[in-house]
Amino acid sequence: MVKVTYVAADGTRTEVDAPPGSNVMQTALDNDVDGIVGECGGAMMCATCHCYVDEDWSDATGARRDGEDDMLDCAADEVRPNSRLSCQIRLTEGLDGLVVHLPEEQV
Amino acid sequence: MREIVIVGAGQGGLQAAMCLRQDGFAGRITLIGAEAGLPYQRPPLSKAYLKSGDAGALQLRPASFFEKKDITLITGTRVDSIDRAARSLRAGGRDLRYDHLILATGTRNLRPPIPGADLALDLRTLEDAARLRAALDRPRRCAVIGGGFIGLEFAAVARALGHEVTLAEAAPRLMARAVSAETSARFLGLHEGMGTRVHLGDPVREVFPGGIRLASGTRIEAEVVLMAAGVTPNTELAAAAGLAVDNGVVVDGRLLTADPAISALGDCAVFPDPVSGRPVRLESVQAATDHARLISRRLLGMADDRYDAVPWFWSDQADSKLQIAGLATAGDETVTRGDGAIFRFNAGRLSAVETVNDARTHMQSRKRLAGAPVLRRHLEAAGFDLAAV
Ligand SMILES: Cc1cc2nc3c(=O)[nH]c(=O)nc-3n(C[C@H](O)[C@H](O)[C@H](O)COP(=O)(O)OP(=O)(O)OC[C@H]3O[C@@H](n4cnc5c(N)ncnc54)[C@H](O)[C@@H]3O)c2cc1C
Ligand code: FES
Repeated sequence: MVKVTYVAADGTRTEVDAPPGSNVMQTALDNDVDGIVGECGGAMMCATCHCYVDEDWSDATGARRDGEDDMLDCAADEVRPNSRLSCQIRLTEGLDGLVVHLPEEQV
Repeated sequence: MREIVIVGAGQGGLQAAMCLRQDGFAGRITLIGAEAGLPYQRPPLSKAYLKSGDAGALQLRPASFFEKKDITLITGTRVDSIDRAARSLRAGGRDLRYDHLILATGTRNLRPPIPGADLALDLRTLEDAARLRAALDRPRRCAVIGGGFIGLEFAAVARALGHEVTLAEAAPRLMARAVSAETSARFLGLHEGMGTRVHLGDPVREVFPGGIRLASGTRIEAEVVLMAAGVTPNTELAAAAGLAVDNGVVVDGRLLTADPAISALGDCAVFPDPVSGRPVRLESVQAATDHARLISRRLLGMADDRYDAVPWFWSDQADSKLQIAGLATAGDETVTRGDGAIFRFNAGRLSAVETVNDARTHMQSRKRLAGAPVLRRHLEAAGFDLAAV
């Protein structure tokens, strides 16, 4: 299992275990983590799964995927250099311990 | 308002329940759905699920979510009738009162009146998809009836998995209702390039054990026959309750039926297109979720806006992601930009943009279409650069 910590905009931390192969958006929904909507189910169509990757993890999660920039342009909250679409971050063993921060708004 | 009941626990019904809680509704929310199990998303049924068979990945929210948000989810239960005078409905042998009712009953697969239609498989529900997937357990010959999004997505997956695929479409081109002739042609090339045989303008006359027969007389041998010839909205409940039905449950610009206690959303609702005013019914995740948002805000008195969201849609076929922003009408003019992006115009005004693997133009289009009308002459002057108009 891969441990993922979600830090809500108000600072609340939720730690969950996910099977490798899942993604950060799906894992949030499966574990009832508020703050990620994931309306299009990971099809890169909605930008309601916006997250900020913790600085310690930006190398491990890698660069944005093709088209992610354009989607993030339409995110509801401020886009920062560490902004990602959480549906595009696939969980591998190497991401065990991953920390992501959630924006205040997704829609 | 204390009791809100939502009929249909699909994409839009669930979204309505979620929005109501998120927007602060403190009363009782009951979500009743005819299908068994937790609400799930349909788009992957004709895409990733056919390959992976992972039903868990389709689930929209886990069981604990409904408890946490205090949403009463009743599954495997069909609502039989609505008593508008008493503001109650009958489901599973009991009566349920409502202050407001939201119809989110979606659509079901259309069965054309041809002999043997019942021999064909469907692709609408998870149950359908599981059956279809099981039928593809060894190399098969597949016949697909209907060249719309679902038939084509299935064809692409089946070919990628190594099955033989023949597709028959009654119209002279693919996805004819939804896209320009240029996009139809492009996708015809894609599918033929993958080895799918496509018959256009040749409606199916018969399904027989072992294949299908077309109007031209062509017989297509197939062990697996998929019926993907469109859908019909589930309007019987509304019609029996005396609500207006015309290719869907008729609602006004605020998504309200003639009964102020009943709204309708998503695939089953016919609403005035915000641009043209003509009645439209959309089958998309976008419409279902944006409708749900608007209804929730109206019910909680947060806003009383007319529905004006820009439609968007996608379809994944092999490595081509088709994205559509806006809504074109048959007969809209078409301009193809040098890079392949397709702009549609109605009376000189941008109505829709069709792109393939071009998220940038798609998102620019969505933003642009949400604002003041984009005029063809302005776009022409700007070399069709959306960022420059
Ligand atoms: C295979 C497939 C692929 C798709 N791909 C895409 C895509 O790529 N992009 C996209 O945007 N859209 C896609 N769609 C469309 C999208 O899934 C629908 O637009 C969306 O599900 C509509 O939501 P809805 O809530 O209106 O209806 P649904 O999600 O269909 O839910 C309606 C529910 O109501 C229930 N119901 C009906 N009558 C009753 C009753 N009397 N009592 C109780 N329950 C009842 C039904 O059983 C059903 O579960 C696809 C659909 C399918 C089938
Ligand atoms: S879930 Fe829609 S873009 Fe990530």
